[in-house]
Amino acid sequence: MKQRPWLFLLPALLLVSLSAFIPLITVINYSQLTILPGTEPYFAGLENFVAILEDEAFQGALGRQILFSFLVLITEIPLGLGLAICMPKEGPWVGVCLVLLGIPLLIPWNVVGIIWRVFTRSDIGVLPAFFDWFGYSYSISSSTFDAWWTVLVMDIWHWTPLVVLICYAGIQAIPKEYYMAAKIDRASPWKTFRYVTLPNLRGVLIIAVLLRLMDSFKIYAEPFVLTGGGPGSSTTFLSTYTSRMAIGGFEMGRGAATSLIYFFIVILFSFVIYIVMLNLGQGAGGDQ
Amino acid sequence: MNKKYYLILFLVLLVIPLYWMINMSFKPNSEILNQLTFYPHEFTTANYQEILTSEFWRAGYLNSIIMASMNVVIVTVAALPAAYAFSRWDFRGDKHLFFWFLTNRMAPPAAFLVPFFILYSNLNLIDTYWAVALAHCLFNLPLAIWILEGFMSGIPEEIDEMAFIDGHSFTSFCWNIFLPLIKPGIAVTAFLTFMFSWVELLLARTLTNEAAQPITVTLTRSLGAGGWDWGVLAAAGVIAMIPGAIIVYLVRDLLATGFSMGRV
Repeated sequence: MKQRPWLFLLPALLLVSLSAFIPLITVINYSQLTILPGTEPYFAGLENFVAILEDEAFQGALGRQILFSFLVLITEIPLGLGLAICMPKEGPWVGVCLVLLGIPLLIPWNVVGIIWRVFTRSDIGVLPAFFDWFGYSYSISSSTFDAWWTVLVMDIWHWTPLVVLICYAGIQAIPKEYYMAAKIDRASPWKTFRYVTLPNLRGVLIIAVLLRLMDSFKIYAEPFVLTGGGPGSSTTFLSTYTSRMAIGGFEMGRGAATSLIYFFIVILFSFVIYIVMLNLGQGAGGDQ
Repeated sequence: MNKKYYLILFLVLLVIPLYWMINMSFKPNSEILNQLTFYPHEFTTANYQEILTSEFWRAGYLNSIIMASMNVVIVTVAALPAAYAFSRWDFRGDKHLFFWFLTNRMAPPAAFLVPFFILYSNLNLIDTYWAVALAHCLFNLPLAIWILEGFMSGIPEEIDEMAFIDGHSFTSFCWNIFLPLIKPGIAVTAFLTFMFSWVELLLARTLTNEAAQPITVTLTRSLGAGGWDWGVLAAAGVIAMIPGAIIVYLVRDLLATGFSMGRV
């Protein structure tokens, strides 16, 4: 009887060992070595890590990544939550909205990049033409500012639907009686939202925030296609930097060290946000 | 009810870039490059013909569909018992194990490229369907366990106990009672799993060469190769969206109930 849970977990554990554990061990192994073509690898200790942390290109990519993920979270989560509240609760329009919201999520990520590229290119795009009309010369290939907000808008376009879907699920699960009670008490719409909707959405909001945090940290294909990381390196994020080190790089040990630092940062941020959100919810809405 | 209009506004903004690509896919390149038109003046299906008659593109689509479906099956089969174990039993280290599973969802694929390549080379899996279908378990399996665990915890344990008292064996209980109950949960899981596998580029590109190259990779490779044939590219993009649209349409009812069970 005691072994039963492990028996049930066995397939998952086998798969994870193949797809995550063995590769992770390999990365840790490489990160400790200096591997130069034509010579035996030798032990480097923490050298690789120090070299990466001191690399200005890494620091730049990390800074941009944190700013980007921060902006993504503070726009997509409130926007998605607000739109989920606007969704119809039942009827034929629910299906229509769900299908429309689902479409951006199922477009291959590089196609998302392509869509936005043809949408924003200065020769064939409609957006530059639109801004030109207002006398603003818009160019993602030369202006850092334009490139940045275009990548951000693209991400909002791409991922807010996921937040809407998750929040909508949470809202649908709140018992109708709670809203009846709020109505009887003549609570204002804001009070209803604050003391009925929000506390009950704590669980799904944690999921939405964590998913968006993890995935925005992993963003790769879309900016790669849209801007190629430029102008200069202004839209080069952590995964672009890492894959450049890992595949195109001259040195595998460095690539492995970058990967580990990257992985560690994602786990750290997710963990901190998870703990903060759990406590936040407890303090504010736990009493309802 | 003016809050409806916010939603409509957002959906309209959602559709505009899509419309622009569909619009472009029906234009000849001369029209794309020379003037800004809001609908195709010289309507043509040449771009689609070029793609649909090319073995190169067709193989890409087929490979993608096969690999994403394989991934959905593998992930669901492994995640169901695991999620059941997490939702029903307390055992030593269950919380830690659950969080450890989740950390794999956080793993950036970029970090695993090289070891994946080495591991799958040693297993002789490079450029096969299995390589990508297994590699995508890295981020899909934790997600599936996470979601299914939520759905299963939403079903009272009394239902299990009642079934066993009624003389159901464990298999018969799973098959006749439990699985039908969490069907919407499985639909949501399968939807998200297929979605994340269908759209992934980085691992798929590293682990395939030609035989098993998925459509996302085909698109990137043709992006890099020589000039920009905007019309064909747009048409390819539109076709790459179609399987997604069909799937959302097919599972929309299950999604609606699945999402409204709420424990996503």
